[in-house]
Order: sequence, then structure tokens, then C-alpha cells
Amino acid sequence: MKQLFSFIKKEFLHVFRDTKTLLLLFGLPVVQLTLFGFALTNEVKNAKIVVADYSKDNTTKQLTDKIEASRYFDVEKSLQSHKEIEAAFKTGKIKLAVIFPENFNHDLMHLNKAQIQIIADASDINTATTLTNYITAIVMDYQRQMMKDASIPMTITPEIRMLYNPELKGEHTFIPGIMAMIMLLVCAMMTSISIVREKELGTMEILLVSPFKPIMVIIAKFIPYLIISFFNVTSILLLSVYALDLPIKGSIFLLYSESLLFIVTALAIGLLISIQAQSQQTAMFGSLMATMLPTLLLSGFIFPVESMPLPLQVISNIVPSKWYFIIVKSIMIKGAGFSAIWKETLILGVMTLFLLIVSLKKFQIRLA
Amino acid sequence: MNVPVIKSEKLTKRFGDFIAANELTFEVQTGEIFGFLGANGAGKTTAMRMLCGLSIPSSGKATVAGFDIYQETEKIKKNIGYMSQKFSLYEDLTVMENIRFYAGIYGLTDAEIKEKSEQLVDRLGLHDSAKKLVRSLPLGWKQKLSFLVAIIHQPKIVFLDEPTSGVDPVARRQFWDLIYRATDQGITAFVTTHYMDESEYCNRVSIMVDGNIRALDSPANLKKHFSASSMDEVFHGLAREAKRTAEI
Amino acid sequence: MQNSELKASVVLSGITKRYDKEKIVAVDNVSLSVSKGELFGLIGPDGAGKTSIFRILTTLLLPDGGTATVEGYDVVKDYKIIRGKVGYMPGRFSLYQDLTVEENLNFFATVFGTTIDENYDLIKDIYVQIEQFKNRRAGKLSGGMKQKLALCCALIHKPSALFLDEPTTGVDAVSRKEFWEMLKRLKQQGITIMVSTPYMDEATLCDRIALIQSGKILTVDTPPAIVKSFHGKLFAVKSEAMYKLMNDLRAYQYIRSCFAFGDYHHLLFKDDIADYTWDVLNYLKGKGHNEVEIKSVSPSIEDCFISMAEAEKIEV
Repeated sequence: MKQLFSFIKKEFLHVFRDTKTLLLLFGLPVVQLTLFGFALTNEVKNAKIVVADYSKDNTTKQLTDKIEASRYFDVEKSLQSHKEIEAAFKTGKIKLAVIFPENFNHDLMHLNKAQIQIIADASDINTATTLTNYITAIVMDYQRQMMKDASIPMTITPEIRMLYNPELKGEHTFIPGIMAMIMLLVCAMMTSISIVREKELGTMEILLVSPFKPIMVIIAKFIPYLIISFFNVTSILLLSVYALDLPIKGSIFLLYSESLLFIVTALAIGLLISIQAQSQQTAMFGSLMATMLPTLLLSGFIFPVESMPLPLQVISNIVPSKWYFIIVKSIMIKGAGFSAIWKETLILGVMTLFLLIVSLKKFQIRLA
Repeated sequence: MNVPVIKSEKLTKRFGDFIAANELTFEVQTGEIFGFLGANGAGKTTAMRMLCGLSIPSSGKATVAGFDIYQETEKIKKNIGYMSQKFSLYEDLTVMENIRFYAGIYGLTDAEIKEKSEQLVDRLGLHDSAKKLVRSLPLGWKQKLSFLVAIIHQPKIVFLDEPTSGVDPVARRQFWDLIYRATDQGITAFVTTHYMDESEYCNRVSIMVDGNIRALDSPANLKKHFSASSMDEVFHGLAREAKRTAEI
Repeated sequence: MQNSELKASVVLSGITKRYDKEKIVAVDNVSLSVSKGELFGLIGPDGAGKTSIFRILTTLLLPDGGTATVEGYDVVKDYKIIRGKVGYMPGRFSLYQDLTVEENLNFFATVFGTTIDENYDLIKDIYVQIEQFKNRRAGKLSGGMKQKLALCCALIHKPSALFLDEPTTGVDAVSRKEFWEMLKRLKQQGITIMVSTPYMDEATLCDRIALIQSGKILTVDTPPAIVKSFHGKLFAVKSEAMYKLMNDLRAYQYIRSCFAFGDYHHLLFKDDIADYTWDVLNYLKGKGHNEVEIKSVSPSIEDCFISMAEAEKIEV
């Protein structure tokens, strides 16, 4: 028994002497609680929507006011034309559009029933159905009030259209997310582990003391994982098209090009991690923390970014997978072209360039 | 009645077709310094592991400190000390913490632990470093401390696996001073080493080649027998015959 | 003592290296030079600073003080050139464990911009010893064979200087001897070879050696010169009871120092003028020692090392 205590005491000493582990053990629960308790939620709030009022009568004004008043929505007032709305959907700028047709008032007054159109971006079915339900609830509520005052029953029927994903398939959401995760796993984690392995074995020393340029070492490490990632992208796409029945609406070439960009981003992240890590374990752990976790939590893959508190929303902007996620969704599910996603591509490109420059500069050509 | 502290009869360890240790037969007396030499892969580590109760032999019989190495391995572990060049002390614990930890593991009472730790620190003159992390000690001191910690529970026999590897010449000799003192007090030392001069400090030396014990005698007798002027020559003469070296 | 600077291959001048925010001085103001084609040994125990010095010379570490040149090029400014000219064998057999012997050799040849055939005659003597294993994975080789492979990989590009960091550590005694034979033969090719080792007995196999302890150089010279410069007359004593002998000798008033050296104890008297041989014999007989033997001996490198380390009073 005493021996057991002796051993336990030693284990405690080890734990407390290792600051890195301590940070993890005590810091992580706090971070997780904060994130999940306050910041991350499946609830949909502050969703950007558009109300296109082609009737502009009292009723529509009142309904519009009610919608604007709701905390679930953030109404974009500037978009009005069909073309603009369509483009905004493609880039994910708006998640839902409520359209009051021209003859809304006429129909309501003379036929006692009118229709409104609700178009939702169903590439994220959770958001789409939630938002649609909110709008429907607001309309129904208004309808009830109308009925109380009026003598004749009047109905407003919402006609719902789920864009991009009429069957509300869940695969639409997770396929892009999976692509991002796999590329990060293969490129960031495996590359960093591979570089650190050379450090651990001691072979890095020999490579450095040779005419072989250090940049060549990096390129040589990149290339296998680059090629493997391409194969992975292909197999995922094949699976989603043929096994999951999820066609690729946009240009495949564009999809591959953007994926190539993201692969380079992941490789750059992997390189940066490998510079800091002294052991393969640290490299693996660091990769998971720096890539997988932000992707899962902050990229919009699982939790909508708009629902996050402002600080997290800001942070999510520097998570590369967030931009890739938007890009892939736009191309695969919405059929968007380059003109729709050039901004996101630029942001991703700049990030990648920055990461590459920093990591190449820091790559040690010496041991110390 | 002089009961041998190690008695081994045809001790053998097989790994499939490969015979790592072949019919080892020998005895070690109490208070002896027994040297165990052999090239890497000759079977030294295998033999040691069996004697420490860490590995069950394929065949043969042996007792260590009077306990059977098949049935009573736990009792063996309680009565032996072990120290290797690869690991001995925890680098991120202080000198005192290491001493107290091992003393606790070996089952010493609180009073005993207190007494022993003070003794140890005294013996090595480590008063200034007692609260420092082992990591900050030079190698020679670490090895000396390891040894004393390995025998803190007064075991009957202590196994030393290349304890002085890489240590500077003066510290090496101080280390052997400690071994001498320990054996003087009745603890038997079973030592493997690559330093041929250290083999001279042993009462008897066994040389393993290809899993077999090819020579076992005092250094003086071995030199006479092989007409060699040094243990180095004796060893080289035998090791040359070796057909296998470590497949590590 | 310096050989002609014109033929110097490796020169260190006041090199210092500190670690752990200045708390550990690994290399302390080290100056020495190695001539072209010399087989130079850096002899010292673990922690003496050998690996740090090698890493500075191979441009892997930046010194905190002092300058160093290899083949005339500065280790800090001209590191790219040096990296193309030297061969380096770090400790721990740094080869690719899951590649075969042949694959490893091919890889390193390519990294150095050459092929196995181009310089094959340089490594032939060594390679023939492991050729039969050329399709075996490096991880499955014995210590001695790994060492030979590592040496081949370090030589494959015909370096002008070779740095071998503890190549014989952890290797069996027979392979160690063979390794040094190979080095001697390499010397004939005109390659400067700098080897570090903790084994004092290997010192005599070098042209010149530097004894190093705790980051400081104790001496740099040829082994015979070091032995000659030993202060004092060394004696070897033995008796039937060696441990008791040690204690008795250390208690004897005329003894300056006494150290165990295998089957004899080596001792130095307080002064080297008088002959204390008879006094010691009588003293020991009085203490009950039998079969006492005492003789004058020539010091070994290890004797010199101990004497110098003690003189410097370096904390061990």
C-alpha cells in the first residue's frame, strides 16, 4: 500500500513539473466549457436573410417589420433584384429569402389568400429548416392576429423552396467538411510528423550537413502528401457522386484548383508545426490542436459561424478551413463559378502565402 | 554453509529457433563481484533478465537469493537491486524525491527512508544538490547516486548493466569504490561492462559467446589459461570466434 | 604547438558554447588545430563537449564566442561551402532504419550529387564487409555493421574532412578494433579525420589527440608526447587483496594519489626524488598484504587524463 502511495506521489510530481501538460489538463476543460457553454451552439441566430417586397403594402410592411424585429434574423436591405439575390445565395451571403410577390395584397384582399415565397439555402439543412420554421411561425402568428380582427378568414401560405438540396440530404453539409479534415490530416499532420521524424532519428543532421538545399528537403516531404491528397480528393468526390448520389454542380476543374490551394495551405501549416515540435508526439498533437479542432469547431462545419459571439466570429476568419469550406460548398453544391468565390479564394491565397513565408523563414538550417 | 546467492543449472532461453542463452551453468557466492562479459548479442541481457525475474526461461533451473526463478519471481524482485546505464533516476525529480520514491517502492518504513536518505546524501556529499533536479547533475554523480539508490533496501544482490558507460575516469573509479564497499557489507554485485580494466576488479568473470559461457574464472586464472597478459587479450581471443553479433 | 597554418584543415580559436540561457557552459574557450590528412582524436567522457564542438565544426550550431574554420572556410559565414565538403557521422547511427543498405547508400550519394560508382574505390574496403547484406534493412543490422554503413554514407562523396562523433560507442570490442583499422587506411587517402571517443585506449591509435573534460581542453599533442609530459614517476602495485590495498595505500603518508587500473593500482608519491619502493613494501607487509608487487610503469593516456583533470580541479 505504501508503495502505491509512493508511486502516486511521484506521478503527481511529474505532472506538476511539466508545464505543457498542466496547461492542457487544467486549461482545456475551461476552454471547452467556455466554447460550448457560451459560444458554440447549434441554435441559429443572426442569420443573414433578405426580404424582397414586390408588393409594398401595409401587410407586407407589417410582416417585414415583424421579421426584422426578430433576433434570429439580420435582414440585408440592399438586395432586391432576383439576380442579386441569386448571386448572394451562391456565395453564402444570405441563407434565406422571403419574397412577397407583386399581387400579394390583391390576392389577400380579393381572394382572401395569398402566397409568400420562402427560399432557403439547403446546403446546410439544419440552418435551412430552422430558419424556414422561424419565418413560417412568424407568418402564422401574424395570420392568427389577422383572423382575430377580421370577420373573414384570410390565409397566407408560405411556399417553401429548398435551394441546392431539395431532398434535404445531410451529405451536402458533411462532404465538404470531410474533405477539409482529410486534407488537413494528411498534409498538415503527416508532413509535420515526417519532418520531425528526421529530427528525432538524427538523419536531419546529416541532411543539413550536405550540399542538399534545405528547401529541397521540404519540397521532397511535400510532394508525396500532395499527390496522396489529390487521390483522396478524387476518391471522396467519386464516392459522393456515385455512392451518395451527390452530383457536383460546379466546375470540377475549379474544385480541384481550389483543393490544390488548400493542400498547400495545409502543407504550410504542417511545416510550421514541424519547426516547433521536437518529437513526433508533439507534432501529432500540435497538428490535431491547430488544425482539426478549429476546423471542427470554428469553420462553420458543425456550428454556424453567425451564431457565435463576435470574438469567435472574428477568430473564425483566420481558420483557413472556414474559407475552404465555403468555397467547396459553393462549387459542389451551389454550382458557383469563380466570379462568386474569388474573394474567398484571395483570402485563402493570402493566408497560404503568409504561412509559407513565415515557415520557410523559420526553418532551421541549424540546430541552434 | 555458503549458500550461493545465484545458482544456475542449464538455464536456457529460446526465441523460436534462436537460442539466445544456452544451458548456462554457474554459481555466484555471497559478497562476490561477478563480472559478466560478452559482445553485444552474446546473450548477456537475456541472461540478466532471466535472473532478475523479468523473463521466464525456456528450460533449466535457477535460484536467485534462494528463490526459484519460475515460481518466486516476485520474491526475487524484492531482494535484488537493478541499475542500468540507460535509465536509473527520474530527471525531472530532485535528488531527494528520487531517493524517497525508490525507498518507498522498495518497501522501507518512513523512519528507514529518512535515515537512509540522510545517509546517502552524506555519503556522496550532495548536501548542496539534494533539492536540485537530477537533470542538473553531471553524469558521474547520477551514476553514483543511482547505484546507492539501487541498494537502498540492502538487497542480497545488485545487478549492474554497464553502469559506467561514458563516465569520466575519475568518477568511474569512485563508482567502483562504492561497489567495493557494498560487497564488503555482504551485497553481491553482478556487473556487465565493456571496460576491460573493470573486469579486473571482479572476483570472477564469465565471458559469453554466442549464447554460451565460454570462460568462467578469476581474471588471474583466465589470463594464465589463455596465456594472455591482459583481460583485453583474453576477451578478444574468445570474441573473435563469435559467429553472431547483435541483431538490433 | 601548432603545425604550419598553411596545412591546417580544421582550426578552432577560442570557441565557446553555452546552453540553457547561459547556465551550462558546454564548450569553454577551446582552441586547437588539425592538419590536413591527420587522424585526430577528441578524447573525453560524456558531457565533455565533444558533440557540441563537432556540431559547431559541421555548421550545425552557432558558437557563442570565438571563430572556427574548416578547410579554410568560416563555419558561420561559409557554412554552405563547408556542408558540401565534409562528411559527418553523428552519434546514434543516423540512417534510415526502414531502407536497405543499398538504398541508404544510394540516397546519400544522390543527396551529395554523386553516385556510388564514382567514388566506390574509397569505400570498397569497408563496403565489401557489409555487401552481402545490401538488401537488408538498416534497422536489422548489428551495431558494427550499422557503423560500417554509416561510414560509407559519410565517405560516398569523397569529403576533404570527416567528422565522426563517437562512432565506436555501443559497438562490440571486436568491431571497434576493425573500425580503427579502417580509419587508418582512410588516412592514406589524404582525408582529414576527426574522431571523438570516450575510450581512452583508442587515443593511442590517433596521430594527435585533445583531452577534453567539462568543456575545457586539458592538452593537445601526440599520444607519446602526452605520456612523456606526465608529471611524476608512476608506479603499479598489486597484492592479494586489492580493495584493502587501495585503502591502505590511500592512508599512507607518502602517497600523492592512488587509482585503480585493472589488475594493478597506479600510484604517485608526494615527491619523485626519493625512492619509496622499500618503504611501501614494508608498510604493506606490516598491514598483512601478501604477494605484494610494485614496479615502475609508463603512464597510459588514462593516467595522464586523470592527472590533468585532478590538476585542473575540474568538478566532475
